[in-house]
Amino acid sequence: MAETAAVMEQRKPKKSSLAKRNTERFLRNKLAVMGLLIVLFVVVLCLIAPLLTDYDPAKISLSERIQAPSSTHLFGTDKIGRDVFARVLYGGRMSILIGLSGAIGGMILGVIIGSFCGLYGGWLDSFFVKVAELVSSIPQLLLVLVLVAIVGQSMRNLIFVFIFTGWIATFRLVRGRFFSLREESFVEASRAFGISNVSIAFRHILPNCLGPVVVQLTLNTAGFILQEAALSFIGLGVPSSVPTWGNIMDAAKEIMVISNYPWLWVFPGVAIALFVLGVNFFGDGLRDVFDPNQM
Amino acid sequence: MSEQLNENILTLKGLKVQFRVGRRLVKAVNGVDLNVRRGKTLGLVGESGCGKSVTAHAIMRLLPKAGFIPEGEVTYYSNEGTVDILKHNPKGKTLRDLRGRQISMIFQDPLASLNPVYRIGDQIVENIRQHNRVPKEAAMKRTVEMLKQLSIPQAEKRVLDYPHQFSGGMKQRVMIAMGLINDPELLIADEPTTALDVTIQAQILELMQDLQKKLGFTIIIITHNMGIVADMADDIAVMYMGKIVEFGSKREIFLNPAHPYTKALLKSVPVLGSGSNSRLEPIRGNTPDPSEMPEGCTFAPRCDFAMDICKTDPPNFDVGGGHMSRCWLCKGGNGQ
Amino acid sequence: MNEKQVKLPNEHDKDVLLNIKDLKKYFPITAGFFKKTVGHIRAVDDISLYVKRGETVGLVGESGCGKTTLGKCIVRLQQPTAGALEYRFGEKFSDMLQLSKKEKFAAHRKIQMVFQDPYSSLNPVKNIFTAFDEPMRVHGMKNPEERKEKIAHLLESVNLPADYMYRYPHEFSGGQRQRICIARALCVDPELVVCDEPVSALDVSIQAQVLNLMKDLQDKLNLTYVFIAHDLSVVEYMSDRIAVMYLGKIMEIAKSKSLYYDARHPYTEALLSAIPIPRIEEKKGRIILEGDVPSPANPPKGCRFHTRCRKCIDICTKEEPKFLPTKDDPEHFVACHLAETVDPSELES
Ligand SMILES: Nc1ncnc2c1ncn2[C@@H]1O[C@H](COP(=O)(O)OP(=O)(O)OP(=O)(O)O)[C@@H](O)[C@H]1O
Ligand SMILES: Nc1ncnc2c1ncn2[C@@H]1O[C@H](COP(=O)(O)OP(=O)(O)OP(=O)(O)O)[C@@H](O)[C@H]1O
Ligand SMILES: [Mg+2]
Ligand SMILES: [Mg+2]
Repeated sequence: MAETAAVMEQRKPKKSSLAKRNTERFLRNKLAVMGLLIVLFVVVLCLIAPLLTDYDPAKISLSERIQAPSSTHLFGTDKIGRDVFARVLYGGRMSILIGLSGAIGGMILGVIIGSFCGLYGGWLDSFFVKVAELVSSIPQLLLVLVLVAIVGQSMRNLIFVFIFTGWIATFRLVRGRFFSLREESFVEASRAFGISNVSIAFRHILPNCLGPVVVQLTLNTAGFILQEAALSFIGLGVPSSVPTWGNIMDAAKEIMVISNYPWLWVFPGVAIALFVLGVNFFGDGLRDVFDPNQM
Repeated sequence: MSEQLNENILTLKGLKVQFRVGRRLVKAVNGVDLNVRRGKTLGLVGESGCGKSVTAHAIMRLLPKAGFIPEGEVTYYSNEGTVDILKHNPKGKTLRDLRGRQISMIFQDPLASLNPVYRIGDQIVENIRQHNRVPKEAAMKRTVEMLKQLSIPQAEKRVLDYPHQFSGGMKQRVMIAMGLINDPELLIADEPTTALDVTIQAQILELMQDLQKKLGFTIIIITHNMGIVADMADDIAVMYMGKIVEFGSKREIFLNPAHPYTKALLKSVPVLGSGSNSRLEPIRGNTPDPSEMPEGCTFAPRCDFAMDICKTDPPNFDVGGGHMSRCWLCKGGNGQ
Repeated sequence: MNEKQVKLPNEHDKDVLLNIKDLKKYFPITAGFFKKTVGHIRAVDDISLYVKRGETVGLVGESGCGKTTLGKCIVRLQQPTAGALEYRFGEKFSDMLQLSKKEKFAAHRKIQMVFQDPYSSLNPVKNIFTAFDEPMRVHGMKNPEERKEKIAHLLESVNLPADYMYRYPHEFSGGQRQRICIARALCVDPELVVCDEPVSALDVSIQAQVLNLMKDLQDKLNLTYVFIAHDLSVVEYMSDRIAVMYLGKIMEIAKSKSLYYDARHPYTEALLSAIPIPRIEEKKGRIILEGDVPSPANPPKGCRFHTRCRKCIDICTKEEPKFLPTKDDPEHFVACHLAETVDPSELES
């Protein structure tokens, strides 16, 4: 018998067939692959920003105010002479950071609360369902206004706001999956072995939620980046000293800027649109991969 | 009017149905030849996925978008003339008229076939009035009569109910009522009892036989249960991977099966009353993937009698008396 | 007539492995905003049944009659509302519902279950190895090498190559999955396996593979089965004794042969005659039952079957028949006023 085990050890595939199948399924979806490439492209550009430009995004140079794109300033300069190319790259870092950390924080919170509600049900569950209903029924903008009024305006606080609103989608998803998977035979089989509820929740049910949760994460990231842009645009987001895609667009509030100096808003606008589009394509592709109907 | 009607009501010749799924081509039905005798019951048996429902849907020209019929011939001989079903537009007037009035179909899942937001009676009345110009009241009267014949108690009141107020067996009876309300010549019943309990199944099958005696229509009954065809059918067609591998009268199929698949199928199901002494003989392996069909005889990889010649597709051999078998073993003629 | 007392099996019978006593499982029906209980679905209503070591007891009945619920009570996936589930642990015969937490956990090792749907019985994101490994680990097999060897062995015993253990459920067909599920149930060396319609979801040509395999494993490992199915032919093929259920109650239980040749309950007769037989000789007359199965939330008064029974007499509508052994066969129990059963006073308590 020991021999069999040794032989099997050799035959043990390096990569699990599940991962392989999922990768294949993802690669078959051209749009999703394109989305992933776009996302990677933008992220890499933002990360290697210091290699691409020597300008400091915060450096004011009054002598170079409002210059159209040229070979010295690839995307031109803004009203106080800051290099727009550098600002878009460094702003991307911040925007992606805010969107991603808001989404990740929301995901963690949502997964934790969702699993507990799905596992224990009862009053705990009813309580959080009510809380989720309450939070999602308040208009986002009002919520931000209130929170900004209470905790003040900073990048950390904006992330906090996103977490506060972002856990709900994940929570509902995880809770729903828990309730439906609880009835599946494989969970009953585990219970018939006497395996504890907590162990079943974390070893069996949760791994089955991860696919949809990751999809939700991508969609939330995209959504938060858009929201950050919108909030910063109206001056409620990140303090204007921190460059983000939204803050750069801030300049386009004046009609004069919109018509005469399009480079001030077209470039950050394109960056946002491109990135969000990429993330959404990518997320859709993931959704197809994890679709239980295709299992 | 004395013109002799064809003995067959429906003939299929080399019918093929394929589905395009992504880049794959699923050959669901792969050249089916079949004669359905008028006034008789034909049992179409086979395992799940062998193409029984697709064949039925192709006859009705009710295939989903992805499905198409690359070749074949389906001819329907009605007392109003002969219709070449594949030549007509599936949504055209001829076929719309044919469906529901001359050929009707009972689907596998009674739950999915009734609209939950309309009353039972209205759904049947609607079905009558689509094909006949009759006033509502008359149609309703007919509906109630029909439901009474199908032994639904208090039919006058129950026609006002919604589908969810009916049990599974009653819903299936409503489906039969709907199938028979326009006095069709041919009734295709696709696993009419698979979702039901055995005692309810017995009710429904008995009912269909009674009505057939009374009204004289032809039945094609689709099932995977050899017991049901033994009860119901006059002729039996055994289907495997999109082909009719054996066709014959019920007596021939049960007493003198010629195809190894039919033989194996009969030996692999437990028979009530034979107890646990006689051991079942399972069929080896699994049914192949319909998009990667094996060369030649599709049953050869699971067949105990497979030979070299099975790599080429066997034609239909006559074993005698209209008993046909697609197996090289039957090449000698009389099958023995 | 009273000198010969009829003895019911009890805890002193060494070969009785499981004794179910007056088991009930009611599901509350709630309604309204406050989830008030407005009634009960009597899924299992006062069932007594014993299972001997090494035998197969078949459980048949129509959809919704409580077969699965009874099976789940036996493996304690459902907490019974009332009654006792006595099981023989070595020398001791004790009620599983009264055990300590630790003993209850250990009892899971003795009784396992195979489920109806092979497609949802395996976790799609876990490979076969993990599915087997976890239960073995929690039940005290500490040595990983030993566990792996055992998994390989189990897979081979259900006619699958041992290296399939690193594959994922999506790579298997329905029949293969069900064989894997059977092997998984056996990984903790159970004595009793409750099989809930193990072949209903499989193709006809695959069913025989699984049924034969289950029989072989029973002989090899001296397993005891409770075999649930709605198909009487399948149950008859598998079982030594068959219990016929209707609306939460057992109507008749007997050795398979006696049940087929000598059914005493009108429902059993109807059930037997309703099964389509794949033979064209030997056609018996069909008994067609009128109407539908009543709701288990509101079962008929008196005998539950009287609304559909051809032989219904006055007493059937008023008084519930007792579940008693027949006069000539102490292992043949039936609940019918018309059947000749022993007098309750003759029963040895
Ligand atoms: N809409 C569709 N798209 C793609 N393939 C299809 C479609 N409908 C049916 N098929 C394929 O055609 C084959 C035959 O299917 P069909 O439904 O006729 O089987 P069946 O014999 O009726 O089985 P069952 O007993 O399960 O009802 C199957 O392999 C199925 O996957
Ligand atoms: N968890 C539950 N909550 C409420 N009612 C339930 C529950 N489980 C089962 N029931 C009800 O109990 C009755 C018995 O169900 P059960 O699943 O035991 O039937 P069954 O005999 O296994 O039927 P089938 O042949 O359809 O599997 C049914 O009326 C069902 O609706
Ligand atoms: Mg079908
Ligand atoms: Mg069940």
